[in-house]
Amino acid sequence: MGEFKVHRVRFFDYMPSGIRALAFNQDTERMAVARMDGSVEVFHCSDRFFQEKIIPGREQCGIEGLSWVGERLFSAGLNGGITEYDLTNQKVKYTIDAYGGPIWTITGNQQGTHLAVGCEDGTVKLFEVNEDQIQFERNLDRQKSRIISLSWHPSGSKIAAGMMDMIQVFNVETGHSIHRMLADRGAGTSRSKECVVWSVVYLSDGTIITGDSVGMVKLWDDQTGTLIKSHNVTKCDVLALSVSQNEDSLVAGTSEGIVVQFQFVSMVLEKDDKEWVRTRTFRNHTHDIRAVAEITTAVVSGGMDAQLVVRPLLDKIEVRSAASALRKIHFPHRRLVSCARKSGLMLFQYPGHLELWRLGESEGKGTPGSSLFVKRNPEKLLQLKVKGEDHIRCSAVSPCGGWIVYSTASTLRLYRLHCDNNNISITKISKLPKVLSSANQLCFSSDSSHLFSASAQSSVHIASLSQSGCKFVGTLKPKSGSHQAIHLLAASEDGKWLASANSDHEVHIYNLQTQKAHCTVPVYSSAVTAMGIHPATNCLFMMHADQQMFEYSIEQKQYTDWSRTVQRKGLHRFWVERDTPCLNVMFNPQNPSHVILHDMYMLCIIDQSLPLPDDKTQFYNQLTLKSLTEEQRKSQSHAFKVCKTFKDILCVELMPDQSLVVVERPLEDIATQLPAPIKQKKFAT
Amino acid sequence: MVETSDIRVVRCGGSKVNLTPPIISSDSRFVLCTSGDLVKVYSTRTEEWLHSLQGHTNQVTGITLNPANHLQVYSCSVDGTVKLWDFIDGILIKVQLVSGLCVSACPECFQLVSVHLPKSAEQEVEAKEMSAVSSHISKNPSCTAFGRGVRSVKHIFISFFSLCSFSLKATDKKGAKNAFTCIACHPTDDCIATGHEDGKIRLWRNFIHKKEYTYSTQHWHHNAVNTLCFTPEGTHLLSGGIESVLVQWQYGAGNRKEFLPRLGGSILHISASSDGQLFCTSHSDNKITVIESSFKVCGVIQGLVKGDAVLTDLMIDPRSKALVLNGKPGHLQFYSLLRDKHLYNLDIVQQEYIYEAGLDQFEVVKAAFDIKGSWLATVEERGKKSSDLEFFLKLWAFDERTQSFVLNTTITAAHTDRIISMCFSSSEETTMLVTAAEDSQFKAWCQGADDQNFWSCDFVGSYHKLNPTNCSFSADSSLLAVSFQEVITIWSPDTWEMLTTLCQPPGVIRDLCFGRLSCSKYLLGTTTKNLLCCWNLLTCELEWSTSVDVSKLQPDPFSENVAAFSYQSKHTDLFVFKPSEPRPLFTNKNVCSEKVHRAVFVPREEPLNSCDESTQWLNRSQLYFLTQNMDLLTFSTATEEDRMLSSSKQLVIDDSVAVTPFYLLLGKHRQQQQKLNTQSHPVSDKPQQTQGSLLHTPAHVLPAASVLCSMFVNSFLISNTGVHPLRVKTLVNFPKLMKYELLYL
Repeated sequence: MGEFKVHRVRFFDYMPSGIRALAFNQDTERMAVARMDGSVEVFHCSDRFFQEKIIPGREQCGIEGLSWVGERLFSAGLNGGITEYDLTNQKVKYTIDAYGGPIWTITGNQQGTHLAVGCEDGTVKLFEVNEDQIQFERNLDRQKSRIISLSWHPSGSKIAAGMMDMIQVFNVETGHSIHRMLADRGAGTSRSKECVVWSVVYLSDGTIITGDSVGMVKLWDDQTGTLIKSHNVTKCDVLALSVSQNEDSLVAGTSEGIVVQFQFVSMVLEKDDKEWVRTRTFRNHTHDIRAVAEITTAVVSGGMDAQLVVRPLLDKIEVRSAASALRKIHFPHRRLVSCARKSGLMLFQYPGHLELWRLGESEGKGTPGSSLFVKRNPEKLLQLKVKGEDHIRCSAVSPCGGWIVYSTASTLRLYRLHCDNNNISITKISKLPKVLSSANQLCFSSDSSHLFSASAQSSVHIASLSQSGCKFVGTLKPKSGSHQAIHLLAASEDGKWLASANSDHEVHIYNLQTQKAHCTVPVYSSAVTAMGIHPATNCLFMMHADQQMFEYSIEQKQYTDWSRTVQRKGLHRFWVERDTPCLNVMFNPQNPSHVILHDMYMLCIIDQSLPLPDDKTQFYNQLTLKSLTEEQRKSQSHAFKVCKTFKDILCVELMPDQSLVVVERPLEDIATQLPAPIKQKKFAT
Repeated sequence: MVETSDIRVVRCGGSKVNLTPPIISSDSRFVLCTSGDLVKVYSTRTEEWLHSLQGHTNQVTGITLNPANHLQVYSCSVDGTVKLWDFIDGILIKVQLVSGLCVSACPECFQLVSVHLPKSAEQEVEAKEMSAVSSHISKNPSCTAFGRGVRSVKHIFISFFSLCSFSLKATDKKGAKNAFTCIACHPTDDCIATGHEDGKIRLWRNFIHKKEYTYSTQHWHHNAVNTLCFTPEGTHLLSGGIESVLVQWQYGAGNRKEFLPRLGGSILHISASSDGQLFCTSHSDNKITVIESSFKVCGVIQGLVKGDAVLTDLMIDPRSKALVLNGKPGHLQFYSLLRDKHLYNLDIVQQEYIYEAGLDQFEVVKAAFDIKGSWLATVEERGKKSSDLEFFLKLWAFDERTQSFVLNTTITAAHTDRIISMCFSSSEETTMLVTAAEDSQFKAWCQGADDQNFWSCDFVGSYHKLNPTNCSFSADSSLLAVSFQEVITIWSPDTWEMLTTLCQPPGVIRDLCFGRLSCSKYLLGTTTKNLLCCWNLLTCELEWSTSVDVSKLQPDPFSENVAAFSYQSKHTDLFVFKPSEPRPLFTNKNVCSEKVHRAVFVPREEPLNSCDESTQWLNRSQLYFLTQNMDLLTFSTATEEDRMLSSSKQLVIDDSVAVTPFYLLLGKHRQQQQKLNTQSHPVSDKPQQTQGSLLHTPAHVLPAASVLCSMFVNSFLISNTGVHPLRVKTLVNFPKLMKYELLYL
C-alpha cells in the first residue's frame, strides 16, 4: 500500500442541517430536498441518488414546503414568500410575497396550472403558473385558523386543507368549502391541546387521508365528510404522509423516527373490496421525520437527524442490485474542505463562515498503525464570517496558502493572506473584475497564479492573481452543449489544462495557454463525482456516481488503454456496490501509477500497473496479503488497495511531503449535537 | 405360571393435558382436552373433571368438534383410529381405522393428510380415501392452521410454505432469529398471523402473490411466540409465550393490546370457544386456564405439574397419601393419584422465579419425608453448571393447625459439597436425618432439646476419605448402611459405631435398600457394573448376586417385595422379587422404551384380594413409575380394569341416556358387548359393583369429590408468582474520540 503519515483531523465541526421538505418529480426522477437552513438540494434518483444540485440557503429563510410544477421547483416558507429556483444556474430565480403571513404549505396541482399555498392568516391562495412567473389568482374561503397542509384532488377540482382541529374540503371552482371534518383531540391531558393536522393526502377515489398530532392516520370519505377508519400509529405526532403514484401504498413519518407503511389490499383474496391496512414499519431515523416521499421503488424519508434515508421496497424491484440497497445520505456530495498543499493549511467551509487551520507536526517515523508524537498541535488561524445573509456556495484556498476565495449567491470575495510566523493578517482584494460577481465553483491553478471561477452558462472565468490584485484574463466557454452549472473544476499541475464538469454529465477540457476549448470527453450516463489531471501524463481521471472510472488522455483526446481495459473487464462487484460516491482523485508524485480515491467509508489506492480483480478474486485482500510471502503476494495482489481504517470521511488530501490529511466527521459526534429526540421507553432499560 | 397379559402398563393420571390445544364445546359448558390415551371432559364453570372418553389404546394426538354436530367430537390417536364421540354422555359412536382427519400429524413423518370419512351406519368403518396435503411439517399443533373455506385450504398452505422458505432465507444473513414458531388463520379475512422465535408477530396479506405479499410486524413478546389464536369473530388476535402473559391484539388497529399476566407456566396453546365468550390457555406446567372474554381468569384445571425434570424421588406423603415430586420451579407438588388431581404446591425455595431461558435458579433437588409425615427435609441448589455451587438443607415441620408444612430449620452449609443422598430414620420414636455428600462425609442431624426444636448436627462420619454414594436405614432403624464407592459400611445409629463393611467389587454402589418384614435381614445393592447383590446381614455374607443392569431399585414398604427396573437395549424390564427367594415373583419385559429413574409404591386404600401369583404383589400397593419422557405409568390388573369399565358403563347408561329408540338400539348393543367382555374375562364373574363402590375405584371415571376443595383453593393462593423482566440499565457511551491525531499508516 505504501506508507503515509496521516493527519487524522476530527476538528471540523460540520453539522448537516435537518431536512424539512421533500418533493419528488416522477418524470425527471429528481428528488428535491429542503433543509432547515433554507438550502435546497436536488438528487438524481436513478443515478444512485447523486446530489446533482445544491442551492445554498440564507439566514432567516425557513422553507416549509417544496413543490414541483413540471420541471420547475417552487418553495414557500415562514417568511411569507414563494420562491422559484433557477435549477440551471443553481440559484434563486425570484421570490414573491403571498401577503398571507407565514406560509405553511405549498402544493401544485397535477395539471401543472396552479399552485396553492396555505397561510397563517387562514387563507388558501391560488397562484397561476405562467411561462416565466407565477401570478396570484384568488383566495379560497378564508378560515379562522392557519392552514397547515394542503392536497389537491388529482382532478384539480377540489382541495383538502388540514388545519388546527379540522380538515376542510374546498371546491376550487367556487372557492367555497364543501365539507368540514373535525379531528379528535387526544385523550386525557392532551385534550386541551389542539390537534394539528400535519399532513393531508387526497386520493382520486375521494378518500382523504390525514396525519395529525394525536398520532392518528385517519381516512375520510369526501362524499359524506365522515371518518371511515383511523389507525393509531404512534403516541406522538404523525408529521408527514405520502402516497405512491398508483395510490396503493401510503407512508407516514412520525416524530418517533419511524416510517409506517399502509397498503391498499383486498381483505379476501381475489375479491375487490380493498382496505387500507398497516403493514411494514421502517426504523431508520433517530429523530422526527419531517418529510417522506414514496417514489417508484423506494421510500425516501428525512428529518431532524439530517440524514436522507432511501429504503427500497423489495416487492417493487425486479432485480436486486447495488442500486436497490438501503441508502443513508449523511454528507453533501461536494467537498467542504480545501487544502493549501504547499503550506499545510486547511480551509473548512461552514454555511456562514470559513475556518483556516494549520496542520500539526510530528517527529520521526513510526511503525505502520502506530500513533506519532505530536510536536506541534494544529491551530486555528482564522475565522472569516460571511457578510450578508447568503450562505457560502463554494470556497477555496490557493495551494501556496496566500489566497482565500469564497462565493455566495450574490458576491464573490477574494482575500490575500499574509502569514509571517505567528502573525496572520488578511486583506480583502477590493477591486474585483465585474465578471467575478458570483461563482458556482472555484479553483486555483497549481502555481497559485490564476483563479478559475465557474459561472453561468457553463463558462469559466480566469483571473490572474498578483501582489497588486486580481486581473480578469478571459472566459472559457464550451463550444456547444448545455448551460448547466459547473460543479467540478480540475487544473493540471503544469498549468496547461483545465477540466470542468457540469450537471448534465459533460466534461470539457480547455487549453489554458490558448484559452480555447480543447475537447469534450464523451458524455457518460452517470454524473462525474470527482476528477483530477495526472501531473505526469496529463490524463484526466474521472469517477462517476455509478462507481465507474474513466481515464482520458487529454493530449491524445481519447480514453487510455488502461481505461479501456477497465471497461472491458468490468469492475469488481464489491467496488460497484459501494453506496457513496468518490469525492476526490489524487495522484502520488512518487509513484505515478498510483491513483488515490476516497469516499465516505474508505480510502483506496489504485495501482494501474497491477492486474484488475475479477469477481472471483478476494477484493478486500489487505489482511490476506500480509500473511503471505513476498512471492505469493505478487501473484495475489490486484490493483485495488482499500483502507478502511477511517470512516465518516469528509475529505482526503495528499500533501507533497507524502502525508495524507484525512478529515473525519464521526456520525456519533453529529448525533450528540443534535437536539434530544422524543423520549421513548425501550424494553429492558 | 406368570401371566403377563393380566397386568397391563397404563398411562395413569397425570398425563399431559397440554399436548394439544383444548377445545371448548359450542355451548361453552365443557372443556375437552387430551390426556394420555383419554379425552377428558371438564366443566368450565366448576373446573371439575366430569368424565373421560376412554377407548383409545395409545396417545391421543388431536381432537376436534364435529362440524356437522356440535355435540360430537372426533379424536385421533397414535393407535391409528379416529373415533367419534358424544362427549356429553361419553359414548363412542364411530370408529375409523385411519390416521388423522385434518386434526393430527402422523407422528412418525409429520405429514398432514386429509382423510375422507365415509358415511355409513356401521360403528366401525375403514376410511381408505386419504390424501397427503403437505409433508415436513412440525409436530407442534401450533404450527398448523386452517383458513377460511375448505376449498382454499390447499392453496393457502402451498403459498404459505413457499413464502416461509423465502422469508427465512432473506433474514438468516442478518442473524435475526425469525424462524416461524406458530401460525393462525383469520376466520373471515385472508390474513395469516405467524409467530416468530424473536417474539415478533407478523400478519401476512396478499400471500398468493409471489412478490407483492405484504406483512406488518408487531412486537411485544421478548421470547419466542408459542401460540396464536384468532377469536371466532376475527376482531382480536391472542398470543402467548414463555412470559406467561396472554396478549390480546386488536385486529387491524395496530398496536392496541391488552394483557393478562401471571398465568403460571409458559403458554403453549390458546383456543377460543365458538361464541368467543371463553378462551382456554394450556401451560407448560400441565395446566389449563379458562379465561372469560373480559380477560378474567375463571377457572384453572391443573394436572400433574411436569417441569423440565424431576430431580427429587417420587415420594408418598404419609399423611395425605399424595404423590410428592418437583412441581412448579422451586416448589414441591402434592398430587392425589387416587383422584388424579393436583392438591397444592409447597414453596420450598421461597424466591421469585424468573421466566427466562438460560438463568441459573434455585431448584429443589432432594426431598425426604419421615415415616409419620411430620417432617420433610429438602435440599435446593443452584450453580450446577458453574463451579460455585450453592445449596441449602431445609427442614419443614408439619403444622397440625394449618395442615401444612412450616419451615423449621435452614442449614446453609450442611456440607462443603453437594448432597448426594438423604434419608430419615424409620423408627417411630426418634427422628434422625442422615445426609451423605460429595465432601466424603455423611452427617446425622437430630432435633435439639425441648426448649429449642431446631435441628443440628449430631454425628459426622467418613470412611477412608471415599465419597459416599448412598445411605439407607433398615426398617427398624437399628442399622444405617452408607455406601462409599464400592464399599458398604454398616453403622449403628445409637452408638455411631461402624459394625461391619461389605464389599463386592467391581463397580460403585448405585442403589441401596434393606429388605422389609420377613426379609429385613437382607441388604440389597446395585452397582454400576450391572450387578444386583443381596447380603445377609446376620452372616455378613453375600447371599446371592445376579448380573442385571438395574436402573432403579424400589422396595415396597408394605411387603417383602422389591421392584427392580433394568434397562437393556432400548427397553426397560421390570422384575419383582423377594430377597429371600431366588425366583422373581413377576417379570414384565418391555415395560416402556425409556429408562426408568423414579418409581414408588403407593399403598392402596382398599387391598385387592387377588390370589393369582403374578398379581399378588399388587394387592396392597400399586407401583407407579416415571419415565425419562416424564410419563407417569402404573400397572393395573385385569380385575381392576373390569371393575372400572363395568361401573363406567353403568353410570353412563343409568343416568344420561334418555329412553329413546336410539337408546334401545344402543343399549342392546352395549349389553351384547358386555356379555362378550364377561366371557373373555371370567375373573369378573363377581356381582356387578354398585354405585356406592364407585368411590373406591380409581379416579379415571369419577367426578372428584369436593373434599379437597379448600386445599385446591389454597393452591391458587400460592401460585401467585409474577414475571419481572430483568431490568438492565444500558448507557450508550460513545468512545471519546481524539480531535486530532497523527497516524502512521
